[in-house]
Amino acid sequence: MGRYVVRRLLQVIPVAIGVTFIIFCLVFALPGDPIQALAGDKRADPNIAAILRDHYHLNQPLYLQYWHYISGVFTGDLGETYNGRAVSDLVSQRFPITLKLGLTAFALEAVIGIVAGIFAALKRGKFLDNVVLVSTLVLISIPVFVLGSVLQLEFGVNLKITPVAGIQQGWPQSYILPAIVLATTSMAYIARLTRASMTESVRADYVRTAIAKGLPQRRVIGLHALRNSLIPVVTFLGFDLGALMGGAIITERVFNMPGIGQQLAQSLYLRERPVVVGLVTLLVLIYLVANLLVDLLYAVLDPRIRYE
Amino acid sequence: MSEKTIERPTTDEAALAKEIEADEKAAARQASLLKDGWADLRKRPMFIVSGLVILLLLALAVVPGLFTARSPFSDGFCQLQNSMTPPTSGHLFGYDVQGCDIYTRTVYGARNSIIVGVVTTIATTLIGGLVGMLAGLIGGWIDAVLSRVTEVFSALPLLVGGLLIMSIWGGGDVWSVSLIMAVLGWPQVFRIMRGEVISNKYNDYVAAARALGAGPGRIAFRHILPNTLAPVIVITTMNLGVYIAAEAALSYLGIGIQYPNISWGLMISDAQDRFLTSPHALLFPAGALSITVLAFIMLGDVVRDAFDPKMR
Amino acid sequence: MTIIDQTDAVPAPRDGEDTGPLLDVRDLHVEFHTREGVVRAVNGVNYSVNSGETLAVLGESGSGKSVTAQAIMGILDMPPASIPQGEIRFHGRDMLAMSEEERRKIRGARIAMIFQDALSSLNPVLSVGFQLGEMFRVHQGMSRKDAKAKAVELMDRVKIPAAAARVNDYPHQFSGGMRQRIMIAMALALEPDLIIADEPTTALDVTVQAQVMDLLAELQREYRMGLILITHDLGVVADVADKIAVMYAGRIVETAPVHELYKRPAHPYTRGLLDSIPRLDQKGQELYAIRGLPPNLLKVPRGCAFNPRCDRAQDVCRTDVPPLVQVTEQDGTALPGRASACHFWKETIHG
Repeated sequence: MGRYVVRRLLQVIPVAIGVTFIIFCLVFALPGDPIQALAGDKRADPNIAAILRDHYHLNQPLYLQYWHYISGVFTGDLGETYNGRAVSDLVSQRFPITLKLGLTAFALEAVIGIVAGIFAALKRGKFLDNVVLVSTLVLISIPVFVLGSVLQLEFGVNLKITPVAGIQQGWPQSYILPAIVLATTSMAYIARLTRASMTESVRADYVRTAIAKGLPQRRVIGLHALRNSLIPVVTFLGFDLGALMGGAIITERVFNMPGIGQQLAQSLYLRERPVVVGLVTLLVLIYLVANLLVDLLYAVLDPRIRYE
Repeated sequence: MSEKTIERPTTDEAALAKEIEADEKAAARQASLLKDGWADLRKRPMFIVSGLVILLLLALAVVPGLFTARSPFSDGFCQLQNSMTPPTSGHLFGYDVQGCDIYTRTVYGARNSIIVGVVTTIATTLIGGLVGMLAGLIGGWIDAVLSRVTEVFSALPLLVGGLLIMSIWGGGDVWSVSLIMAVLGWPQVFRIMRGEVISNKYNDYVAAARALGAGPGRIAFRHILPNTLAPVIVITTMNLGVYIAAEAALSYLGIGIQYPNISWGLMISDAQDRFLTSPHALLFPAGALSITVLAFIMLGDVVRDAFDPKMR
Repeated sequence: MTIIDQTDAVPAPRDGEDTGPLLDVRDLHVEFHTREGVVRAVNGVNYSVNSGETLAVLGESGSGKSVTAQAIMGILDMPPASIPQGEIRFHGRDMLAMSEEERRKIRGARIAMIFQDALSSLNPVLSVGFQLGEMFRVHQGMSRKDAKAKAVELMDRVKIPAAAARVNDYPHQFSGGMRQRIMIAMALALEPDLIIADEPTTALDVTVQAQVMDLLAELQREYRMGLILITHDLGVVADVADKIAVMYAGRIVETAPVHELYKRPAHPYTRGLLDSIPRLDQKGQELYAIRGLPPNLLKVPRGCAFNPRCDRAQDVCRTDVPPLVQVTEQDGTALPGRASACHFWKETIHG
């Protein structure tokens, strides 16, 4: 187990470096001169511009800029914006909103998806199973921004159950509807995955053994079949935890929530390179850490991996 | 349950012939998993329904002129005084904020959606399939490097990565959108292809082919490739719908297809601000988009059921 | 989790009073409803097993031998399977008439089963100690700790070396033979009255087969259990079985005490099976094989199901299903325990 963890950790490092470098290159390939942009329509004072360029290492080759940046990241310094604000400040202001949204969605999709999947698998071919199959297909097909708009109109404007937009009412009121919208697609996938995996394991030999041992139905399904079925589901959930944060961009836009996604879109529009790099790096690191956790959890759930 | 039968090989010629025939039938069954899947597919109602919808969409994409007398690119197509007029008998879907006929634009929007879906899927399948096959066949450090490279690409979420790249290149038409999605999407096909090749590489039939003197090229294309096709076909079909939805999402965020090109995502985005007062401008393109995605997802679903040997 | 006491749901054998067999299967039918049609997997099977007795059920795949066993265990998937007719009497009570809860309490505790492939039959993500101890925890309400101690004891019992150290290992960490020992230990855990072993050694190496078979036979003698041994391997049967039932296409075609069957088969199918065993004294000669293929259960031949493959087949074999009849000596004295379902059993046994 120890060796497995170490090997997995070592694999993450080159990927993290590679992806942050790509992000860095992409962002600095953004068109426009940021220092000139600071001056607006006027011509920038050459002296001040030179000082600023020096301060932001803009005169150095790209790989050195990257080095300055990445060594900062390891000390928790995500750099500063061109008007002198620490990016980490911005992150600590915006990130909790996205995190709350993402985690709420995550809890919803995990619970509802798994429960629906189990019931569908146990009632395979029956009415309930078909309801789950058809409804998940439809949910997967409706784009998030369409679903968001429709639910917003229905629950926020017509029924007035939830706030229409914004986060003024805090968690959970302001978050519940956006979280549902954000969770839907993954929830549908989880329900289908759980169903498929559960269907496979209830037909497995070891489940037949469990029945032959005289175990009660609840224990056969709830322990012997479920323990195996959940392995792929947990994997998917882990990948999705990272993906949810990125996917929140659309939900945040529909519901006008000032989270990371909104900030990213805005900063891209304003060409605030350090902010863009910081936010994207953060999202990617979350994704990589989530994947790493999945792999470790996988080893805990499946002893066959652990002893390889 | 696999039990060996009691019989030993028989000398009785008639029986032997029968046995050989049965054997050949079994072999043919194995070899034509794809044909089998196809036969299975044609019987499924979901396949017929989604197939008909997709045929209709293809017709819309190829000859939109058949479905509407107007052209969205003609002069005077949009009349500002019609802005946000709700549906009327001559204009079933009403007008959008620019005073353009939504029905005509929705019809013409099908083409871009289909092109993006098909082009991106073909590109990801070709890139991911080829690179994945190479990594799986060669193994060693080449495999390790390629695998890390794909991990780097797949660590960039489609939306975030798309947002970044589009901001630099400035998005625009279907081709640039497809290209960017292909760049971000190929690692998925790579992973599947590589995994399939590796799991097939050590099968006895590959060893048998090698023992019979088949060269590496023949082994790769005649023996391993056919056995990896089913999962790749499944993921490819499912991706068609996913990429169509992704293009709409990018266009919705304002970084995908740009005006004057028509995209359902862009239409939805434009209608969003006035959604609460005149929902028709959003609902019609949204409906078209949802039905299109649903048709492709349904197709992917039945194809998976028919081709995935695990599910059979 | 529900804790179930060992209740008296099934009457224990009352000494002196209970004279019937331990298990009595009567006219059992099992059907599977598939898309292609109804598969009649078991067509009126009768057999019985007494305490301490070993019945070997012999047949090819698709002969219905495993399905019969699964019907006895109550682990058939219903649907698609159904039991339209028949009785399975255990200690004199028909289990098919019992409630599901009653049957569940019998499963594992009073009748246990050993499966062919121990690797897939053991849960890959639970330790063997947990899976063994589960028997005690569920059926006897034992604590986790006591159950684990019992598991170690059981592993010792089936001669797994260093049992205490290996109790927390997972199935994939054991060798095939050791895994099958764990299956046996699990079946023995609650000292059942009857064990059904479905091809217990087929998946094992030949050298390990004998060891596992010996262990099973030894434990059976020790606990005086009834044993139903399902197999297609005539070699295994000769050493351990008391009597044999040969199945073909869902019916029993011959029953006999084990040595009589080897000496004088009364059914052409049995004869064919015996003739297809390689023998050292016939080295160099061509090995006999039954011609043709096992029947398709969707289209079982009319009359005797074996007729297309039978050397003796006459017109009557293609029209009438032969009943299972008592086999006698040439002079008419009944041979105890012997029966054959062949129109020409006399010719077969007496030449």
